[in-house]
Amino acid sequence: MKEFSYERPESLKEAFQVLSAGGSEVEILAGGTDLVIAMRDRYSQPKVVVDIKRIAELFPSIVWDGNTVTLSATATMSEVVGDEGINTYFPALVEAAVVVGSVQIRNRATVLGNICNGSPAADTAPPLLAYDAIIVVAGPDGTRRIAIDNFIVGPGQTDLREGEIAIAAEISAPTRMTGSAYERMTRRRGTDLASVTLCATVDEAGVTQIAYGSVGPRAWLKRDETGVLADPAASAEAKAAVYEEIFADASPSVRSLRASPDYRRAMLRVLGARAVGRAIERLQEVQGVS
Amino acid sequence: MSETVHIEATVNGSDRAFEVAANHTLLDVLRDQLGLTGTKECCVVGECGACTVVVDGIPMNSCLMLAVEIDGRDVTSVEGLAEDGHLNALQQAFLDVSAPQCGFCIPGQLMSAHALLQSNPDPTIDDVHEALGGNLCRCAGYLQITEAVMVAAKAGKQ
Repeated sequence: MKEFSYERPESLKEAFQVLSAGGSEVEILAGGTDLVIAMRDRYSQPKVVVDIKRIAELFPSIVWDGNTVTLSATATMSEVVGDEGINTYFPALVEAAVVVGSVQIRNRATVLGNICNGSPAADTAPPLLAYDAIIVVAGPDGTRRIAIDNFIVGPGQTDLREGEIAIAAEISAPTRMTGSAYERMTRRRGTDLASVTLCATVDEAGVTQIAYGSVGPRAWLKRDETGVLADPAASAEAKAAVYEEIFADASPSVRSLRASPDYRRAMLRVLGARAVGRAIERLQEVQGVS
Repeated sequence: MSETVHIEATVNGSDRAFEVAANHTLLDVLRDQLGLTGTKECCVVGECGACTVVVDGIPMNSCLMLAVEIDGRDVTSVEGLAEDGHLNALQQAFLDVSAPQCGFCIPGQLMSAHALLQSNPDPTIDDVHEALGGNLCRCAGYLQITEAVMVAAKAGKQ
C-alpha cells in the first residue's frame, strides 16, 4: 500500500474541511472491504484517507422515523440484517445484505459503500432501486437528495462529487401493500460475486418493479404497470413479452469469468420469475390471503 | 514519508499504546510489529478468513482493516484465547476431534468460532456453517471443524 495520511474527523463539518483540502486525492473509508484491497493493489493511491466511522452525525447507523428508515454511511450489512423493521418492511434488502461475502465481510462492509463503490454486481443495488431509495449526499454547500436510479451511473461511477460524502440511504415503506424478494445467482454458495442479481416488488395495484444487475455496466430499474407480471393467471406468452422488454438493457460482458452472456440472459428470466413469484406470495401474506 | 499515528488499544486483554504506520493493515501490525504471528496472512482480499480477529466482540478480516482503525478498540487474536497458559475449551475441542490438519487456517477458524459462541452459546450446525463460512480450509477438514465447535458448545453448557 502506498503511503497516505489518515484523517478521522468527528463531525461532518470537520470532514468537509479535510475533503476540501485533499481535493481529488482523497478516499473515503467506511468498511474498507473494497478500498483496502484497491489501495493494496494500487488501483487507488490516495494522498489522504478519511475514515468516516467516528463522525457523530452518522450514528446511530439505523434510524426509523414513521415508515421511513435511514441507513447512515456507517450501517453495515450485519446491522441491516439484524434490524427487525427492515426484515419486516424491506425483506429483499435483508436477502441481499445477508449473502454479501462472509460474516467477517458483512461485519465491516456498509450498504452505502456497496453503492458508492459502483460495482455492477453490488448486491444491495437492486433492492434499493426497487424500493425507490433516496441517497442523501452532503457537502460544504448543503445536502442533495438523489433518487438512487440517478445516483448510480456506471462501473465505479456515481453522482457523488468531489468534496461530498454520501451520508445516508433513506427508504420509505410503500403506501400500497407490497411484497418483495431478492434473488441472486453465484457460481457457488459462499463468498462469491454474483453473476446475476435481481429484486422484484409487486404491489396491490398490480405494479411490479424489477431491478437487476451484474449483466451490464450498472443495475437497472424497470417497471411493469400492465399488471401482467403481478397476475399469477397471466399467460406465459404475455409474461415473456413483458420480461423481454424489462431485460432489454441487459448487456453482459463477454469477458467475464463468472458466466457467459447467454447464460446470464437466460438466468435473468429464471430469477425474474422466481422473485416475482415470491413477491406475490409475500403480498398475499400481508393482504391476509392464504 | 510514512505517516505514523499514535493509537491505544486493548490487545488480548492488555492495554497497549503504540505507533502504527497509517498504510499498514491490522494484519501487518499484529504479525510484524506486535509479534502475534498466530494470525495468518493468506488471500489478503477477504475471501479466506485466515486473518480473522475479533474486534469489540465482532469477527473481522484483519487484512481489510487499517491498524489505526483499532484505536480505542478491544482486539482479540488467537493468542488471546488461552486461559492461564492452558488451551481454552474451544481450542481443546479442536485438538480432541483432530480438527487441525495442516493447521494454517485454524487460528481464523478458532476466532470465528469464538465470536459465534460468545454471541450464541447454543448454535445449530447451520449456525456454525454460516459463522465459519468465511473461513476456508484447503485440507477440507470442515466436518471435524464443525464437530469441534459443537463439542465446545456442549462443553460450555455443562
